[in-house]
Order: sequence, then C-alpha cells, then structure tokens
Amino acid sequence: MTSSVVPLLKIDVRLREIISSAAVTFDQDVLTVIQQIQRLAFLEDYNTRVVLLGTAMLGCAAGVVGVFTLLRKRALMGDAISHATLPGIAISFLLSNALGWSEKSLPILLAGATITGLLGVLSILTIRNLTKLKEDTALGVVLSVFFGAGIALLGIVQQTPSGHAAGLESFILGKTASMVASDATLIAMASLICLSFSALMFKELKLLCFDEVFAGSRGYPILTLDLMLMTSVVIISIVGLQAVGLIMVVALLVIPAAAARFWTDNLGTMTLLSAIIGTISGIAGAAVSAVYPRLPSGAMIVLVCALCFSVSVAAGSRRGLIIRTLRRLRINRLVERHHFLRTIFELTEESSQPDNPYQVSFESLSQARTWNQRELRLTVSRATREGWVTRIGQQVRLTKKGKIEASRLTREHRLWELFLIHHADVAPSRVDREADHIEHVLEPEIVAELEMLLLKDERQIPQSPHDLKHQESVTPQNRDNMRVTNVSSSKSSGQESL
Amino acid sequence: MPNLPWNWMLDGWIVATAIACAVACSLVGNFLVLRRMSMLGDAITHAVLPGLAIAFFVTQSRASFPMFLGAAAVGVCTAFFTEWIQKSGRVDEGASLGVVFTTLFAIGLVLIVHSIDNVDLDADCVLYGAIELVPLDLITLFGFQVPRSFSVLCGVMVLNAILIFAFFKELKITSFDTSLAASVGFPPSVVHYLLMTVVSITAVASFESVGSVLVVAMMIVPPATAYLLTSRLSHMIVASAGIACISAILGHLSAIAIPTWFGFRSTSTAGMMAVASGCLLVGAAALAPRHGILVKLWHQISLGWHILADDIVALLYRVEEKESKQCADSRWIREALICNQHLFTVVQMWLRFRGEIKTTEDRISLTERGHFRAQNLVRSHRLWEQYLLDEVGVNPDRIHPQAEKMEHYTDRQLRQKLHKATDNPEVDPHGSPIPDERSTKPKK
Repeated sequence: MTSSVVPLLKIDVRLREIISSAAVTFDQDVLTVIQQIQRLAFLEDYNTRVVLLGTAMLGCAAGVVGVFTLLRKRALMGDAISHATLPGIAISFLLSNALGWSEKSLPILLAGATITGLLGVLSILTIRNLTKLKEDTALGVVLSVFFGAGIALLGIVQQTPSGHAAGLESFILGKTASMVASDATLIAMASLICLSFSALMFKELKLLCFDEVFAGSRGYPILTLDLMLMTSVVIISIVGLQAVGLIMVVALLVIPAAAARFWTDNLGTMTLLSAIIGTISGIAGAAVSAVYPRLPSGAMIVLVCALCFSVSVAAGSRRGLIIRTLRRLRINRLVERHHFLRTIFELTEESSQPDNPYQVSFESLSQARTWNQRELRLTVSRATREGWVTRIGQQVRLTKKGKIEASRLTREHRLWELFLIHHADVAPSRVDREADHIEHVLEPEIVAELEMLLLKDERQIPQSPHDLKHQESVTPQNRDNMRVTNVSSSKSSGQESL
Repeated sequence: MPNLPWNWMLDGWIVATAIACAVACSLVGNFLVLRRMSMLGDAITHAVLPGLAIAFFVTQSRASFPMFLGAAAVGVCTAFFTEWIQKSGRVDEGASLGVVFTTLFAIGLVLIVHSIDNVDLDADCVLYGAIELVPLDLITLFGFQVPRSFSVLCGVMVLNAILIFAFFKELKITSFDTSLAASVGFPPSVVHYLLMTVVSITAVASFESVGSVLVVAMMIVPPATAYLLTSRLSHMIVASAGIACISAILGHLSAIAIPTWFGFRSTSTAGMMAVASGCLLVGAAALAPRHGILVKLWHQISLGWHILADDIVALLYRVEEKESKQCADSRWIREALICNQHLFTVVQMWLRFRGEIKTTEDRISLTERGHFRAQNLVRSHRLWEQYLLDEVGVNPDRIHPQAEKMEHYTDRQLRQKLHKATDNPEVDPHGSPIPDERSTKPKK
C-alpha cells in the first residue's frame, strides 16, 4: 500500500516543481518572446532570414525527392545513406589534417560524405542483387556497419589537436541555428539541382516509380535513372546533415511525401503537396526554434512534419480517416437501403392485391432480415425522408419511385442469382448470399450483358430461383409465423413485370 | 601480439560485456531478419529515446527498471503505430516506420535537451554508448565485483535465450508462414508484439553501455551472416551467436590495436565491433559454401575449364582416330576450338598435371589416361547424336551442337541407357564408329 503511494507522491512533488518554475520563468520570458516573434515575423534578423531560407529550400527539395523514393518503396534508403556519410566526413577530415589543408573546409568534408554515401548505395544494391539477403537487411547492414566505421573514425578524429573544435558531432544532431550565408547558399544550390532534376525527368521518374519493367521495355535507362535518383537522395542527405542532422533528414525525406499520399492519387499533385509540406515544416520548425532557442530546430522541424502528417492522416481527402469513415458509412447506408427495398418488394410481390399494393408491416420486415427494432426504425425514417416509402401506422408502403427502384434491385439480384446457377455452377441454396454481395456494385453494362445472356423478355423480373424464405433468420418462434404467411403467399406465383 | 595494451580487469570486462550484448542482440535479431523487419530494429532503437526521457523525468534517476519499462512501452508503441499507419493509410512499411521513429526520436531529443541542465543523460551517450567506461561501474553480485552493465546484459541474454528456446516452435512458424500459424491457432500478432517487447528490452539494456549503433549492428549483421551460411533456423541462431562473439572480440582487439599503427590511441569499441561484423558478413557473402559470390564464381570458372579440357581431349581423340597427318600442336588446337591463349595454357597445364596429355616435339597427344577420358566422352557424344535422331526426332543438322552440350554431363549409367534405347548401334548418324565403353581408369 505505502510502497505504491510513495512514487506517486514523488511524481506529484516533481510536477509541482515544474509548474512553479515554469510560472516564474514565464513572467520574465514573455516579453522577450514577444519581441522575438516580432523580429521573426518581419524577418528583421539577418541570421533568421538565412536559416529560414535554408530550411525552406531543404524541405522543398527533400519533399520532392522523397515522393519518388516513397513510391519506389525505398523510403528508408535515405536513412541508410545519411548514416553512411559519416565515415566519409571523418576520413576527409583526417586526410586533410594529414595533408595540412584546412580541416574544416566544408567542400572537402562534403565530398568525402558524398563518396561514402554513394558507396553505401552501391553496397546496398550489391548485397540485394548478389546475395540471398533481402533489401531491408541490406539497408540495416549498410547503415550500421558504415555508421560504426564512422564512430570509430570519429574516435580517432577527437584525438587530433583540432578534432574537438571541428564539431563533427553536429553532423549527427544538426546545428540549424548556426547556419551562415554560405551554408544556406550551398543548400539552395543543392536543392535547385535536385528540383530541376526532378522537374526535367518527371516523366521518366513517374514511369520508373509505377512500372519499372515497362520503362525498361520502352528503352529508358532504368539503372542510370535509379542511380541518379539515389544520387539526389545522397545530395539532400549531405546538405541536410549539417543543417538539421542525420535523423531529421530522414524525416524530411519520408514524412512530407507520406503525408501527401493521403491527399491525392495524382503524382504531380502529390509532388507539389509534398514540396509545400516540406517547405512549411522547414520554415515553421526553424521559426519555433528561433523564438525558443532551447528547442533544437532539427527536432522541431520533424515535429512540425509529424503534425502535418497527423492532420493528413485524419483529414486527407483521398485516404484520410474521416473521408474513409464517411465513405464507408455512405456505402453501408446504400446497402441497407437496397436490402430494405428489395425485402419489401419480395414480401409483397406474390401476395400484392390491387387495393393493398406493396405494403408490409414492421413485424414482417424485421422477421425477413436480421434487423432489430432500432435499425429498422432508422432505416424506415431515412427511406421515408428520401421518398422511397411512405409510412402508414405500423405499415410501410413503397412510393412510385420506390417501386421502380425496388423492382430494379430485385431484378438485378435475381439476374445475378440466375447467372450464378447457370454459368458458375453454384448451388441454388447458396446463390442468395453471394448475390447479396454483388448486387450493390452491378454496373449497367453488366446488367445489360446478363439480360442478353439470361432473359428472353428484357423487361421481365425473373422469378426467384430459390425459396424466398430460406434466407430469413430462423428462430423457432418466427419460423411458425413464417409458415403461416408462406402458405398463403406461395399459392399465387407469377412474374411481376414493370 | 606485441605491444597490445591489454589489461584483464579493463579489457576483459569490456570484451565480456560486448559479448553479452552482441549475443543478446543477435538472438532476437535472427527473427527480425527472417521477418524482413530489420529496419524495425533500427527504428525501435531510435524511438525508445522518449521512453527513456519520460522514465527519467518521472523517477529522477537513471535506475534501470523504470527506464526498462518506459523504453519497452515506447518500443511496443513504435511497432503498433507502424502497423496502424501501414494498414490504415496503405503506406508501405518502410515509410510508416520512417514517420514513426523519426517523430519519436525528435520528441525524445526535445525532452532530453530540455533536461540537459540537471541531467547526465545526454544524446551522445545514447547514440554512441560508452562501453569503455563499463568496468568503472561495479556492483557486487554473489560476492564478486562485476560491472553493472555486464550483469544486466547477461540477464537479458539469458532471458532472450530462454524465450527463444521456449517459444521456438511459435517463432519459427510465425516467421516463415503467418497464415499457416494463424490457421493452426498460433496468433501471429501476439508473437509479433512479444518479439517487439523483447527487442525493445534488449535495445534499452544495450543502449546504456554500448549505444544505438552497436545495437543495430549486432541485431542485424550477425544474423544476416548466419543466414548466408546456413538454411536451418536452429543452425542460424547458434551461428549468429557465435559470429556475434567473434565480432565482439575482433572489434575490441582492433579498436585498441589498429589506431596505434598510425600513432593514435584506441578508438570506439562499439564502432569497431560493427565494422568487424561487417567484415565477417562480407567474408560470408563471398565464401559461403553454397551461396558465396566467390564460390559461385569459382564453380563457373572451373566448369568452363572442365568443358575446355573435355573438348581438347575429344579433339585429340578424333585426330588419332582418323590417323590423319595433322600436326596437333597447341596453336592448331587453339584455333580449332576458338579459345583464348591464357585460358588454353592454364587448361593444358592442368591436363598435363593430371597426366592426360603429353607433348612430344611440339605435338600434343593423349596418354593412356587421356585416351580413357576421351573415348568415353566421344562415346557419349555419338550415342547422344544417335538418340536425338532416333528417339527425339531432331533435325540431323542440329544433333551435333546438342550432343556437344550433353556430352559433358553424361555418366556411365546414362550412356548404358542411351545404348539400350538406341538398340546398341555400332555407328553414329554421321557414320563414325561408336567406341566401346572403358570401365577401368588406367594408372598414371
């Protein structure tokens, strides 16, 4: 008892401390925060301008390239590549140190990173193509072994006189805030190269993503294209490394593209959206971290990306949860309405008298299918509102519109049943269930074909090929009720025509 | 080994800890590799960061148990979210993994950076680990002074081994055939999440001491190496543990030895362990008994040699058979067989070594052994020609090239059958006599 209370108390005390310290700092910070937001909003600060430009360009290019890698199911290739750049950075540092060049010269470091990054790509392709290991294992192997080599080399770099000042670790976590104009220029150039590659090769890349074999048969150089795409991933990873850090580059390559996928099925639109999401994330993340310097900007960019992603998952117009739930609901209602109308038709078809056309009681309806009272009431009121039926006391009657629709539905159901019996060799006792699934999605062309195949008189509603009462929910009680109605209804048989 | 700065109290414990960690990781890693979820291992090792941070916030200590709980919970969450996004959004697995683990890592990073004022939990430590510091943190266990990480990792290793032993059948069936597993009543999702929990626990236990790199490397590379070497699950698991041990030892040795050649002090053991395991993987990929790249290449080359040698002795046989005055020197044979000079030289030397040809004044001729080989070969060739013409109905123009291919793979039993099937012919379709079978190989 006491042992479980003590930790809880601890948490409570800890929370109080956090809250009270936050309250104290809030007063002091609130002014500076407002000032900083002001400075940010009007881009007064040169440094902020540079950082925002850099992250925006990076987000845009990563978003575009990410679309293609996502569609080629290589989303995590960026992860492996960005890890594989680390040994290159360390080696080029050690080399330039040994040769007496300036160690921190960015071009040399980035050249080294590019070389090992490309080596990583080649290793992945080699492992995948020449051994029986699968792609995911190839990625994992290259990622961990190259990164391990990088860590081991960094261990040596730190022993060189200038190794500590080199700040090579910042490549792993990123140092967005310390981005200077030359860094931003580099990012902008790299992004422009990748963007123009994607724009110029859009058609070829599209083909590569969706049908590699077809692209090959049309004579496109698949391997070259693939390598060029991977090269642009390498370029993005490398400029992104020192801007936002290793993991964050992966996020920028994956998340915007994955988010855009929820909105559209069109590659052009998807690319545009992904670029926009990437840009917004880059700007917003960097801005937040400019206002609150204690929040690391790389992580903030990823979190903004993640926010965009969750919004897309929920509200995406193509695959979003909301739209899919609505779509499912709509289909469920349609199916329900179809069943409802057909049931009324079938119940009344054989016993319909001139004075009492197409009218059934609630009770017989709820017996005919496994509807409970609430469902039935809901369905009836919805159908009444939409004008398929009218309600008379405890009875429902089909309207004219409802009659036409119901006879159409019944006709299609039975056409499919007949087809199943005559051409698919399905036992008559089983066809009702199967036709139930198909009848809602029968297209007019298929119905026309079925008519050609099965009916002499095209306007006929064929007779049900099985005993109509087979399908019903069979509890001993309502089986008795049914028998009574059955006897009366089975006497008069005939084909109802429109 | 000269000048190796080895100290049993320090290096001994480091290697022991490294072995415990490597074996623990590679045991569970086998199933990640088999289920094509290698990157999930990588993702979980990154994603447990917020779990660690939250556990730290709540308890204000680096005590292992809450850390375990927090990290294991987040690890399972990673697996869960990944699967959810993959199913609900029909995004491919890699992408959903990428989304989940980068986000969680970012959250963890923000949390950790925030707590950096009063905390000795820093991101570098999590990423690279500090296995070199393991011997400094000792606890007393059963009256012995052992490093804390070592005891923890040994515990995890034993736990993993027991779990794999106990659930071997379930893990095997769900890894290889999910639908079969479901249909015979092993719920694949239960096994999946059990595995994810174990992966998370292993990752967290290893984090503290060896860092995330080593976790990923040891989870994937030794099992991948073992996968190349064998095709039985039990063998693969044992082999991966062995390879993990070897990488740990090699890794630490190279970490303390190699940098000294260039005048530096030792470097990161974790990094070098990953490199060592990578080297072992390359070795296995090249030299694995059945699937090795070099092994396959060597088989191809030696097959090429074998066929060329067959062609040479058969050609010599035909020359002798016709008793023509043709001088069979090496140049003539090479031109007759359209063959490159170096290859020919090698194969000629090989044949001479086997005592199948001899050279007398530039003229190459068959020895008794060579005659034996050539006679059976030519017999195969002519029997095949007869068979192809009689039984298969191949156009007479086409029978020679086909028989030329078949002759190299035909053994005595097959020749006997061909002989019977073609009604014991004396001559082949071209009218050349079919030589008799020779059964005993003459001595050199």
